[in-house]
Amino acid sequence: MRLPSLVLVLVSVLLLAGCSRSGAPAAAAAKILAYGNGAEPEDLDPHIVTGVSENNIITALFEGLVNYHPSGEGISPGVAESWETAPDGLTWTFHLRSTARWSNGEPVTSRDFLRSYQRILTPTMAAKYARNLFHVVGAEDFNSGKITDFAATGFSAPDAHTLVLHLNHPVPYLLELLKHYSWFPVHLPTIEKFGPADRKGNAWTRAGNLVGNGPFQLESWLPNQKITVTRSPTYWNAPAVKLDGIAFYAIDSIDAEERMFRGGQLDVTSTIPTSKIDEYRSKSPGLMRIDPYYGTYFYRLNTTRPPLNDARVRRALALSFDREAIIKTILRAGQTAAYNITPAYAGFTPDTELKSDLIEARRLLAEAGFPEGKGMRPIELLYNTSEGHKQIAEAIQQMWRTNLGIDISLRNEEWKVYLDSQHNLNFDISRAAWIGDYPNPETFLDLWITDGGNNDTGYANPAYDHLLATALATAGAAERLAVYRQMENLIVRDVPVIPVYFYKRVFLINPRVQNWVPNILDNRGWQYIDISPAPPDGAAKTKT
Amino acid sequence: MFRFILRRLLETIPVLFVLATVTFFMLRLVPGGPFTAEKAVSKEIMKNLEAHYGLDKPLLTQYGAYLWDITPKRFEPWRLADGPDFDTKADFDLKGSFGVDLGPSFKYPSRTVNEIIADKLPASLELGLLALSVALAIGVPLGVIAAMKRNTGIDYAASTFAMVGICVPTFVMGPLFVLFFSLKLGWFSASGWYFASDRVLPAATLGLVYAAYIARLTRGGMLEVLNQDFIRTARAKGASETRIVLKHALRGGLLPVVTFLGPAIAGIISGSFVIETIFQIPGLGREFVTSAFNRDYTLVSGTVLLYAVLIIALNLLVDVIQVWLNPRLKFD
Repeated sequence: MRLPSLVLVLVSVLLLAGCSRSGAPAAAAAKILAYGNGAEPEDLDPHIVTGVSENNIITALFEGLVNYHPSGEGISPGVAESWETAPDGLTWTFHLRSTARWSNGEPVTSRDFLRSYQRILTPTMAAKYARNLFHVVGAEDFNSGKITDFAATGFSAPDAHTLVLHLNHPVPYLLELLKHYSWFPVHLPTIEKFGPADRKGNAWTRAGNLVGNGPFQLESWLPNQKITVTRSPTYWNAPAVKLDGIAFYAIDSIDAEERMFRGGQLDVTSTIPTSKIDEYRSKSPGLMRIDPYYGTYFYRLNTTRPPLNDARVRRALALSFDREAIIKTILRAGQTAAYNITPAYAGFTPDTELKSDLIEARRLLAEAGFPEGKGMRPIELLYNTSEGHKQIAEAIQQMWRTNLGIDISLRNEEWKVYLDSQHNLNFDISRAAWIGDYPNPETFLDLWITDGGNNDTGYANPAYDHLLATALATAGAAERLAVYRQMENLIVRDVPVIPVYFYKRVFLINPRVQNWVPNILDNRGWQYIDISPAPPDGAAKTKT
Repeated sequence: MFRFILRRLLETIPVLFVLATVTFFMLRLVPGGPFTAEKAVSKEIMKNLEAHYGLDKPLLTQYGAYLWDITPKRFEPWRLADGPDFDTKADFDLKGSFGVDLGPSFKYPSRTVNEIIADKLPASLELGLLALSVALAIGVPLGVIAAMKRNTGIDYAASTFAMVGICVPTFVMGPLFVLFFSLKLGWFSASGWYFASDRVLPAATLGLVYAAYIARLTRGGMLEVLNQDFIRTARAKGASETRIVLKHALRGGLLPVVTFLGPAIAGIISGSFVIETIFQIPGLGREFVTSAFNRDYTLVSGTVLLYAVLIIALNLLVDVIQVWLNPRLKFD
């Protein structure tokens, strides 16, 4: 009978494991920022990934032609120290700084950029963000295999420190686009060391392999735990980098993240559970930040199905629910009610709005043949399974029922099933959201063109498509804004989508973190962030 | 005994084959695929993506290739510890030792399923074994004492503990432990899997549930044995109570616990998704669940097959132990 002794051994092992707090971090004065980074990154290859958590890490490890401005808005020079545009806005010339280095010490040249652009556009890479480069002459044809000679595209490098981009049409906000990682250079010789450079499945992004050109370099990668980066000695502006390192924690539970922040394990979180907002607001407002965010929460309407194929019905729905009440009682973070689809930013303000108007809504509904909702079939509202979406859907369901007499049923689906339904127009009304890719109204307005990949409403309006083409051909930023307003007016008139609210980014931040400036896309110039001198032991812990 | 084990092992082959087949086709029937995303990609890019993973080939061709990839082609278990995984620390090389290739992950383009399993299995195993130790160390003595002091205050206290342990779900117990031991007392980190101390709360949370079950089963088993003739004989011969319990009764009294442990151990490793999420432990339980949401075909199939192998192996082990503990059973 040996079981009791086995139990004894196991117990003592457990006790030993519990007692020895081995490997506790040395109380060094190193300035390491602990950041709650959300989902585990799929990869760190700028030409493969598409997510937010990947973006946060890649912008620390790599640098593009231009970089973020310390104020959170605008541009700072990056690898390019200067640039100029031809008067027609079609040719951009960038002068790379001679001091830019890869983390292995090699200089960053215009050839690195060329080879990187060729890589992301190579068809076998199947890069999802390749389309970001389609503004450049020939990029789209190269990506679809119509041309195979990269020299025939609009990318060129007259010498080692000059890079020229020839565009299809003027892009006044090109510099903002260049901050996106799909435009970042990668070190091809390193990638080729670990496998074919133009295929997925290459191990070059792992710790010890990765060569970057950003302010930080990859130190370690513990999957589903954390990725640590440390300051790069070869970065051209290394003396200006303030942090010694950043620990990006992969956390897929927002409740666990909040507990980690409270326990002092995190300096900044990615978000905060809605149920905790009021508590932080009343007890420790200094720890919670609410910043603007370039995103809209809206409902897609299936314009191909009766009765929603009637713009009067769609408009009636948009005019007849109380957005402010939803923000106040459900969202709680002071989000902005949305009466049009594009957030007011980058000089854009809408001309018209879908302000709540019950009398007008009932009139429209009667005009469409459904007085007080009579004769209308039940409408189904689709959302992806989530407590937050459910609460909003239930509130709006109730308001539509009361205000218009329309019978609304709710249907929730698991994320990928929901995406599939939405893309195949298998819905009446579908919850959706869009976060801008770059700070320009176009990132919201090009969604609704006829047969656009992200349209998913069946909305098709040649006048709208024509306006987008006009905007793309317009070089002047102010003239473009005028065209955007006309596009927005069409959306407000035809209502293929019902805007609900504009996002806010709500998160927790330890007051010792400095220079964490608001940024509409929630992007960081990590080199500017600092941590004030460590407070006495334990004081970093925050109790609520 | 050898024939018994061999026969049981041969029986697993059709089981695993059916499982691999059903998983393969069910995944592909579910709406949405690995590349279904909120932001649309162009048709050309989608075609290239599918070509990269071989999804452009006929389904039966894909199925045949997958079956061949997962079929063991050699038997060199000593090489299990050779192969590199993501961080080259913990090793579990299915390809080098058995020639099993579970394919590339769809969600993590630069990782293979073999690597992910090698990387994540150790944490789940560690958590499972620690929790099991807690469960046995608390459950068995508690059950024995309750049985010996039947219908006294001690028995009622032990039964109450068992009922509470079974009724309170881990997703309530875990955060409560964190609230008290981490945030209030500051003894442990709120989440993470970095230091030895990070193991305590998750192992305790998961272990207590099983301790409760084990205490109830031990009490029941012991009560049954303590009423039997051979115990009375031992008493009549003047054996001490301690000797009666430890030497004579426990062996029979633990039989229900052993039966329970087979599936429980498999469950403790695979079912720790909740604990792994609450404490942010990099284990296989989370991969198992999230891979289904991500439609990461190969990762779902790979983890399903791994758990199947674990459950089959543990059940076999339980059967062998039962024969060893119970002289009335024979290998047949």
